[in-house]
Parts: sequence; structure tokens; C-alpha cells
Amino acid sequence: MLSGWGRLPLPGRQVLGEDLERVARGMPLTRGLGRSYGDSALPPPGEARVAGSRLADRILSFDPDSCVLRAEAGFSLGELNRIFWPRRFSSPVLTGTQHVTLGGMVAADVHGKNHHRDGTIGSHVRRLKMLLADGRVVECSRESHQDLFLATLGGMGLTGHILEVELVLQRIPSPWIWSEAERMGGLDRFLAGLEQSAAEWPFTVGWVDCLATGRHRGRGLLIRGRWAEPSEAPSEPPAPRKRLVIPVELPSWVLNRLSARTFNLLYYRKQLRRRTSGIAHPESFFHPLDVLIGWNKIYGPRGFTQYACVIPETDGTAGVRRFLGLLTSLGVASFLCVLKDFGGEGEGMLSFPKPGMSLSLDIPVRGNIREMIARLDDCVIDCGGRIYLAKDAFTSAESFRAMEPRLKAWQEVRRRWDPDGRLASAQSIRLLEDRR
Amino acid sequence: MKVAFLGATRGMGRALARRMAERGDALFLLGRQAEELERSARDLEVRAGQGEVGTALCDLEQPETFGPALTAAEGALGGVDAVVVTAGMFASQEELEAEPARALRLLEINFSRTVAFCEEARRRLLRRGGGRLCVFSSVAGDRGRKPVAIYGASKAGLSRYLEALDHRFRDQGLITVCVKPGFVKTSMTAGLDPPPFAGEPDAVAKTVLRAIDRGRPVVYAPPIWRWIMLVIRLMPRFVMRRVGF
Repeated sequence: MLSGWGRLPLPGRQVLGEDLERVARGMPLTRGLGRSYGDSALPPPGEARVAGSRLADRILSFDPDSCVLRAEAGFSLGELNRIFWPRRFSSPVLTGTQHVTLGGMVAADVHGKNHHRDGTIGSHVRRLKMLLADGRVVECSRESHQDLFLATLGGMGLTGHILEVELVLQRIPSPWIWSEAERMGGLDRFLAGLEQSAAEWPFTVGWVDCLATGRHRGRGLLIRGRWAEPSEAPSEPPAPRKRLVIPVELPSWVLNRLSARTFNLLYYRKQLRRRTSGIAHPESFFHPLDVLIGWNKIYGPRGFTQYACVIPETDGTAGVRRFLGLLTSLGVASFLCVLKDFGGEGEGMLSFPKPGMSLSLDIPVRGNIREMIARLDDCVIDCGGRIYLAKDAFTSAESFRAMEPRLKAWQEVRRRWDPDGRLASAQSIRLLEDRR
Repeated sequence: MKVAFLGATRGMGRALARRMAERGDALFLLGRQAEELERSARDLEVRAGQGEVGTALCDLEQPETFGPALTAAEGALGGVDAVVVTAGMFASQEELEAEPARALRLLEINFSRTVAFCEEARRRLLRRGGGRLCVFSSVAGDRGRKPVAIYGASKAGLSRYLEALDHRFRDQGLITVCVKPGFVKTSMTAGLDPPPFAGEPDAVAKTVLRAIDRGRPVVYAPPIWRWIMLVIRLMPRFVMRRVGF
């Protein structure tokens, strides 16, 4: 059995090897570190195996002058951080967890707290080396095989196996973060605060208590940060953080409306003062949950999903307000919900971000989950938004078509490079209606 | 340390070489495939952030490559004070029983050729007044067990040789470290279901590096396998005949 981070298993196993090109040959898909929540890194029904990239993890070159790093697709963001932060370089995009591979980051065209300024990882990728469905190995970029390159950014590994990635790193003044957290009493102030902060700060994100109602609706913490200047940062590079392991699966009832409500309240009240600031460890700023190894076990045997969507702000905050209202009426018991304002739409033909407000919340799987997700999808479609494939497990093909007018163009490119439809995932069968 | 490393391109060897490079040891890589060696050398160079990592072809199946490869390492590093061998061959008992030629090849690579390579390395290290020779054997050599009759025999022979080498030359300054990995999640074991206590390559590398520094003659990695194997060694024959491991 194989499952995504949400622990909803499907039959299958991954084949691992240092030589990814050999391992991936003939496989329907390559899987990285398995941090996508749903079924995007799982084999299509009827096929037992996917290739695993995590042993193909070598750095192939790094030029400190041009900041260009080339590495095998299984090289992880965690290793990149560990090796390059002390040398004053950083990945231009840092995801919520560092346990992701470069190949996975490209396939999902991931974003981070600096999306409003720096876009997705795709805009910092120069070249990709890929193993195609027909067995050929090609290099693609904006100059060569551009269609393949742009369809692969955010293409969920369905255009070919990503073997190597060339990424432009960013120089940083120090490996520490200067961060501020401010309590926001309600949604209007929160959204205004995000907008204001976006102009001045490279990193911004909001943690919202989506169980609060009435005048408290949309209350939460607004967090913003920037790389610290050498004069304000400690002289030593940050030491590895102590980690806690969640050793066993907790029973499913542990996470209920009451525990979620209590947690959200404590989180909102965790700082006494309205605003706090100071030097922060980059890992606790960018990857806060990585300190709990195996935290997905907290959700118990039934697993969980993440609902991540972006809602355009064409009519101000109405869409976000409506979405939060729907969460309340559906009785979604969610721990903190993450709010992030997106910048422009990237180049990836199927990438998730576009201008607007993104919301992501973890939802424990219960009997009515499909119905619940369908209601949320309807709201997102109405608002002209869309969902994030790396998180999705329950959206229907019909809903996805309705929110993705770009799908047809992407499928055309995909068919050009994989005419026999050899590449597929459990998600592409469910959501894109691939036939096998 | 100045280290000549046979087998750094994959698995536990890759993890150990990275730890060595990152703490500032100078490395020279030996192996069968030039392109693989080059890619691993570049990886280690970037991780170390300084110095060059040289490479030379060396194939356990071709003993005539041993001398020139070690000479190249000595030349590039300005003398070698540690030799690490993680290279080896693995196949399941079923595969080896079905293909006698493959079994013979495995016995040669894991035992006689590895011993021949170690002899070459030992002579050179002793000439310089000693050093460290770290060789990866396996827990499979600790007891005759059903699923590893042939592979285990090759490693049992190797472990005995390394034990004797340590007895024979320690007072001349040559410290021999015999590494006995338990089940470690590498590409070698990728087709097998991991048992409890399966280890990760990087954790093994950490344990092994400490053992090399301290000059331990035998190291189990992950360390818990020392106790697992103690129990297995103590089991009576009639039990071993019945159980499947």
C-alpha cells in the first residue's frame, strides 16, 4: 500500500534506486517524498508500481556567481537548506514543509510565503532534464521544447519523469529571519493587514481561526518576515532544531470540533501582546510543522485531506467571506487555516496560484467528506477560483473541469509528448479522466 | 583524514562519503563507472564547499585495477590514511540458487576480490606507518541463516578476514574496522519489505564514522543489530532450522 501525506492508502509500491532514469523507465509516474496530500503521487488503478526519486539526490553543480544549482530530482529542500543557508544562499521558494524533492516542487509548481513578490518555483527554474513516455531523454527550458517545459511546471509529473532540475538560488544577507506576528481581530483588518504588509515584506502569511464566528470571524495571526541583516542576526548559523516524533497513530476522535476550537483559541492567544517581533530560526519560520515528525498520524486511521483554493478578489473580500461562512455552516472542524495573498499567475500551464486570496485548511476525513468538498468546490467555482492539485483527494472531474479552463490546452501539450497516454496517476484517472 | 573510497556512489557509501566530505575529510573515489564517479565527485565537492574530489576506475572483478587506482588516490591526496570499502554485491537466496554462475560471481566479488583489494590497501597503508581500513561486511555473516546462505557465507568469510587483519596489524598502526549493517533502506534492499529496526543510510553513516574515528574493530549499524544478532547467534540449531530468518 502507498499513500499521500493525508494517509488515504491505495494499492501500490514505489521502486527506489540511485539511477532514476533506469528506475523510472516504463513507469507511469515518479514519486518524491510523498508530501502531496491526496492521490497525486499514487499509481493509477491496475498498476502496482511508481518510481521513487528520493535516492537520486546528488548535487551536480553549483556556481556561486550565477547562483545556479543543478541537482538530481530527488534532492530535497531540507538538504538544500542545510547546505546552502550557512553559505548565504536560499531556495527562492520555501514550502510549508522542507521534506519535498526538487522534482516534486517543480511538478506541483510550489509557492511559499513570498509568492506575492517572487512567484512560484517555476519562475526560478532554468532547465529540466526529463525522461519522456517514449523513453527519450530531453532537456527542456524556455528556449528549447518550451511547450514541454511550461506544461511540466505544475503538471504533476504527468508530462514526463523529471530527472534533473536547474534552479537559480537567491542570495541572503544572513541565514536568520526577522519576523513579526500581529494579532488581527477580524477578517477586514486581516485582509487589509496582508495587503499592507505585502508592499513592505518579502514573506507574509496568515493563520486564521476558521471556527470563530460573528464579529470574530477571520481573526488570527498575521506573520511577516524578511531575511535578517548580519548586524541583527546571531553570528552562528542556525543549529538543527530538536525534533519530536509522533510515534503512533492517534484515535480518530482526538480531533473533533472541541479540540480544534481549543487549539485555535490557544494559538490566537499564544502571544500576550498584540504584536511581537524578533529573530527567528528559519526552519521554524518557513517549516513550522517539520518539528513534529509524522504529525499526520494525529489525524488517526481515517486520515485527512487539505482543502487549498485560491479565490480572486474581484469583488473585494466578498468571496473569502462567503467561503468562511460556508465552512461554518458545513461544520468543518479544522485546525488553523492558512491565508495567503497571491501575486501574479506564473508560467506553468496548470499551476495553482493566481491573483487573489488563497485559503488552505486540513480536514479530517469523515463519512460526508465528498459532499463537503463538493460544496466547497461549488463555492470556489462560483467565485472564479481554483484548487491545488498537490492537496486534492476528493474533487470530482466535473468540478475540476469547471474551474480549469486551461485544462484543454495543457492536455494538448501532454498528448503531444505522451501520445499513447502511458503516464498517469491515481489523481489523473480520477480528476482528468485519463483512460487506461 | 585523506580517504580512498571504493563504493561512494551509492547507498551507505554515498551517505558516509557525504558525512566525511562535509566535515572536511579529503576524498578520492574509486569505482567501476566513470560517469557515476564524476557525478558523485561533484556532489561531494559542492557539499564540502572546498577542494577537489578526484576519481579513478577500480573494479572488484578486475584485480589488476587495484594497484593503479590506489596509486592514483595516493598521488592526488598526497598519501592516503584511510581506505573505505562499501562496494559489494547482493542477490536473494532464490536468485543465487537458480543461477550458479551468479552465485559464484557474488562469492568472488564479496569475498576473494574484496580480500585481494584489502591486501593491496593494507600493504600501502602499512608502508606509511598504518592508517584505517574500514570495510562493509554484513550481519548476514554472523550466523548461517536460510534466506542468506550464500550471501551470508561471503560476508562471514570477509568478517573473519577483517577480524584477523585487526589482530595481526593493529600494533603496527593499521586499524581495521569491520562494519556489519543490519537491514538498511537503500537501493540494494529496495525490493524487500523492511523488517522492524530497519535503518536509514545517513544514520548508519554517522555510526560508522564514529567507529572509524575511535578505531572500533567491529561496528553494528544501526547499533540495535548488535543485540539482535547476539540473540540470533545464541539460538539453538533446532530453532534456526524451524524459523524463516
